[in-house]
Amino acid sequence: MSDNVRHIRTPLARVRGRGAARSGTGHFWRQRLTAVANIPLTIAAIIIIITLLGRNQAAAAQILGSPLVAIIMLLFVISVTVHMRIGMQVIIEDYVHDESAKLTLIMANTFFAVAVALACAFGILKLAFGV
Amino acid sequence: MAEIKAPAARPLSPHLQIYRPMLTMMMSIVHRITGFGNYFGMLILAWWLIAAASGPNAYAKFEWVAGSIIGRTILFGYTWSVIHHMLGGIRHLIWDTGRGFGPNEREWLAAANLVGSIAITVVLWIVGLLAMGGPR
Repeated sequence: MSDNVRHIRTPLARVRGRGAARSGTGHFWRQRLTAVANIPLTIAAIIIIITLLGRNQAAAAQILGSPLVAIIMLLFVISVTVHMRIGMQVIIEDYVHDESAKLTLIMANTFFAVAVALACAFGILKLAFGV
Repeated sequence: MAEIKAPAARPLSPHLQIYRPMLTMMMSIVHRITGFGNYFGMLILAWWLIAAASGPNAYAKFEWVAGSIIGRTILFGYTWSVIHHMLGGIRHLIWDTGRGFGPNEREWLAAANLVGSIAITVVLWIVGLLAMGGPR
């Protein structure tokens, strides 16, 4: 009984541990996972971009399409777009209090992140497969 | 009939205007702003990759915009924003382990974040401009 006084949440909700968003600590953990991945991937992407500076399209396309560079750039794009989607959702949840506006923006955020990820991935794959 | 009482004049919880701006606080705000900026900066990367995949004309168009004064200014800001957010992220990962919360440590980390991001951005741009054959 004293347990019920100390905790507002029901024992079932507590044991499930998934919170109001029904996703538990999923976002928290994924944000840190992608943050760690982003560090080496961003450094690698910056090195690749600097290497390509001053080269013409043909040379840039050849380097970007080579397997190792293409794989690194794809990993970079995937990790960054997952990370930025979660980050923007936190910003939306913090500042947008109107329920319908919030849900609309959270949807638009996912659409944007997926579209950017797909556009980048398409460009990289097109260069890698050379079609 | 219950009467509606006027709300008691209780103190509200303190917010931004109460605090004197401090470095750690400003860096927290800047971390969020740079993250917000980097989000839209990914459009530049997408444009660049699509341009490279589209052919010489599309690539030349991107290079013309990126090489303009406005383009370079945006790219310089974007470089700093990415580096600053990355160093800020490392700071957060250190905090996640429970370290770096002491009064001296947190001030030092905040200062290192700011100075480091500017220094690395300048070095990257010097290397980048040299790679392009020096300033034109």
